[in-house]
Amino acid sequence: MADRVAALSGPQGPRPRRRFSRRNIIIYGTLAVVAFYYLLPLYVMIVTSLKGMPEIRLGNIFAPPVEITFEPWVKAWAQACTGLNCDGLSRGFWNSVQITVPSVIVSILIASVNGYALANWRFRGADVFFTILIFGAFIPYQVMLYPIVIMLREIGLYGSLWGLVIVHTIFGMPILTLLFRNYFTSLPEELFKAARIDGARFWGIYFRIMLPMSLPIFVVAMILQVTGIWNDFLFGVVYTKPDTYPMTVQLNNIVNTVQGVREYNVNMAATLLTGLVPLVIYFVSGKLFVRGIAAGAVKG
Amino acid sequence: MIAFRTILTSTTALLAAGSAHATDLEVMHWWTSGGEAAAVAEFANAFDATGHKWIDGAIAGSGGTARPIIVSRIIGGDPMGAFQFNHGRQAEELIDAGLLRDLTGVAEAEGWKDIVNPPSLLDACTVDGKIYCAPVNIHSWQWLWLSHHAFADAGVDVPTNWDEFVAAAPALRDAGKIPLAVGGQPWQSAGAFNVLMVGIAGPDVLVRIYGDKDADLAAGPEMARVFAAAGDAREMSQGTNVQDWNQATNLVITGQAGGQIMGDWAQGEFQVAGQTAGEDYSCLPGLGINELIDTAGDAFYFPVVNDPDIAAAQDVLAATLLAPETQVAFNLKKGSLPIRGDIDLTAANDCMKKGLEILAAGNTLPATTILNTEDTNNQLNDLFVEFFNDTSITPEAAQERFVDIIANAD
Amino acid sequence: MSDRRPNRFFRNMTAKIAAVPMILTALCVFVGGTVWTIVHSFTDSKLLPRLRWDGLDQYERLWNTNRWIVSIENLLIYGLCSLILSLIIGFVLAALLDQKIRFENTFRTILLYPFALSFIVTGLVWQWLLNPDLGIQSVIRGAGWIGFTFDPLNNSKIVIFGVLIAGLWQGTGLIMVLMLAGLRGIDQEIWKASRVDGIPMWKTYLFIVIPMMRPVFITTLVIIASGIVKLYDLIVAQTSGGPGISSEVPAKYVYDYMFQGQNLGQGFAASTMMLLAVLVVVIPWAYLEFGGKARG
Repeated sequence: MADRVAALSGPQGPRPRRRFSRRNIIIYGTLAVVAFYYLLPLYVMIVTSLKGMPEIRLGNIFAPPVEITFEPWVKAWAQACTGLNCDGLSRGFWNSVQITVPSVIVSILIASVNGYALANWRFRGADVFFTILIFGAFIPYQVMLYPIVIMLREIGLYGSLWGLVIVHTIFGMPILTLLFRNYFTSLPEELFKAARIDGARFWGIYFRIMLPMSLPIFVVAMILQVTGIWNDFLFGVVYTKPDTYPMTVQLNNIVNTVQGVREYNVNMAATLLTGLVPLVIYFVSGKLFVRGIAAGAVKG
Repeated sequence: MIAFRTILTSTTALLAAGSAHATDLEVMHWWTSGGEAAAVAEFANAFDATGHKWIDGAIAGSGGTARPIIVSRIIGGDPMGAFQFNHGRQAEELIDAGLLRDLTGVAEAEGWKDIVNPPSLLDACTVDGKIYCAPVNIHSWQWLWLSHHAFADAGVDVPTNWDEFVAAAPALRDAGKIPLAVGGQPWQSAGAFNVLMVGIAGPDVLVRIYGDKDADLAAGPEMARVFAAAGDAREMSQGTNVQDWNQATNLVITGQAGGQIMGDWAQGEFQVAGQTAGEDYSCLPGLGINELIDTAGDAFYFPVVNDPDIAAAQDVLAATLLAPETQVAFNLKKGSLPIRGDIDLTAANDCMKKGLEILAAGNTLPATTILNTEDTNNQLNDLFVEFFNDTSITPEAAQERFVDIIANAD
Repeated sequence: MSDRRPNRFFRNMTAKIAAVPMILTALCVFVGGTVWTIVHSFTDSKLLPRLRWDGLDQYERLWNTNRWIVSIENLLIYGLCSLILSLIIGFVLAALLDQKIRFENTFRTILLYPFALSFIVTGLVWQWLLNPDLGIQSVIRGAGWIGFTFDPLNNSKIVIFGVLIAGLWQGTGLIMVLMLAGLRGIDQEIWKASRVDGIPMWKTYLFIVIPMMRPVFITTLVIIASGIVKLYDLIVAQTSGGPGISSEVPAKYVYDYMFQGQNLGQGFAASTMMLLAVLVVVIPWAYLEFGGKARG
């Protein structure tokens, strides 16, 4: 079935192929080897997270657990004590959601409009600002920590959720703007011109043409932002207060203890649990990862 | 500085409007592992018993992670109620800028001058005669942990001092052991070197070099001996392929390594692994040569706030932290030594008891965090981690660079 | 009517308003923050940023520090390898996934998952895998090949390549996704046309598709390059800069001195040097990119 579809609309296939054609063996063979390299650390993490600490101390990282225990997972999610609070990662979960959702939406919205304006509505000086943004992509975050505190203080948003949303928007802006600008630039210009001739304006073209034609790049932007913001520790801890700390603060507290005893199994379980949300997003958003409809739209 | 003050005034004035008698006090610390969390709960319970409320702001990762948070909160005009630091020079700049509360009043009311032992701890909190921090525990670095199992395998007796240990190293090597486990992170190499320095050259040399920045002494023959010993230690540590200190400790626990120089917190790992001091492992304070310990440790500092309720709660917390019951409960769980000499720790384990005896005998020296700025300690970390991992650097060359760092330090 | 021939000011009005957040960010944060950093690099700020002038002392000390020099060398080696390999691997994987294969979603998620996990812990796993006593070396020796040696993280000569193994593992998934998005934006007609003309597939990729994807490649290049300049987590989690100082990188120098070492001035001086190096590359690039051809 899939092969037949490929033959009908596929870019490369001149004829329907057998499942075990040489080409397929090469493709799937390569992917299998690559997948092994990518999955090996995951295997070690999962196996470790299912062992007890005495077994881990024996030091065979590849061996499957002699006695499977889910206790590290339960502990990581609901029991691990970090400081006074003994409710594991679950404590910061909703905070993380509350931080991530608005930050992702706002940052992608602003950056995509930036990219659209830069690609299709260039105004005098736009290139200068764009160049500054590109430069900004290279500034190490930590260096900007204190100047941003001062700025947030001046506009009265220091310590609030919206302050943090602004920070994420600012630091996501360089890469995302570049991403959208370059994508929109590569779309066929005739499309834009035709819409202008039909009388569509700035927002009309953005919502009715650019947005639906750019689903893959919105997915990439979402992958970037969800991952970055969900996993962010530094901004979450510097620009908010304990009652709004994201989940990564608990993750850091579980994983990063300096003088205390380290529980590697709980560390692994906690990391895998924290990574689940971005992973689900990757998998689900894959449905949007379709071929752009640009091809059909420009004909004629 | 005036700017800081103004910010503080404006934000805390807002807070004051809604406050009641039972005050919430946000306390930031980096005690997050299981045992540490249990210890910190003792503080929190004692503080909550006074009618106030401890709001926990635990962030793991010690100084490097904590500092940007503390400084941001202060610059942002919204400081926490109290925060943990290693006492010593780390906070001197915050004190200079007038950002930290003067606790002299509490200290006098509670008689800290008489109870804090060793007195050098309180000195480390004192600037211009005023006390700015509340020390809560002592962690010492000067411990050599030895695996009985490893020495039995090598067919030699468990050494009782550094020289015997060095002499036993070839036998350990022949038995396929790493004589001395040193984890790859910079602070571990520098820490081990400082322990060697106290053991071999004695505490006075350390205090004169780090405290008085005596560059001539640093270039002298005593230090040359220390660097030669560090060369031995480097030789003995070859083959340690781990990063974390506790993985290195694990090599000692499993008998793959003969010993490790590490602070008293390593004890916890032996305990969790079900080992007994004296049977499975030994702990030698001061390398068995100079039986003394340094008094590194943790202290709480209190940012200046304009809300009188918060300030009152800060005073209560400071007094609570040093109260005898809290000290006993906290330090037993933390595995550290208490900062007052007038309390009874019968429940302590063997290695802790050794430490208590040394402390009672007054054989202490100030910690490097008290003598050096963090900048200097960081440079020393860089030097020693390079030295311990690169056999092409001779002890003499390392000493030259050491002298440079000391000569330029403040 | 005004839509077809708008006067200059009104045509761009909405775009200008929409770009206000960008302009503010560029000017206030990136320019303002950079100036702030540079100014403070000439001070002896320690724990708190303060304007106590110190001349060029921080820079003098910086360039006399062995660790800084090693850091720069490492960054150059790592950067070059990482840039080339990420681009090649990312593109090849994207091209493979674009062959209408089954389970594309699964493969894409497998390649991308390392990006989702916090590197504090995945770095530890790589530390174990590459550890000669625990990981791959011990397994292969256990299988009978006694002479096998693979200890990239514990050998100061090749440690930076050991870091690269994990770096590629973590980063290439994202590059692959970017490239895939770019491929999905390519006009289908191109493939049909090249097939009609009988051009082999690899030639179509190399001479037609890749040139068409130039904007995507530039995006990718900036993402990879900025990741390289900011390289920090990977090193901390795997080697802490070791053995010795043989895998130190500039960003780690900056943070260690800013926060751990309580010497903001030194950290700012180091970051100023980094930003200067970036400017030397970015400005000529912008000049070439925007100087000549203008569009719209």
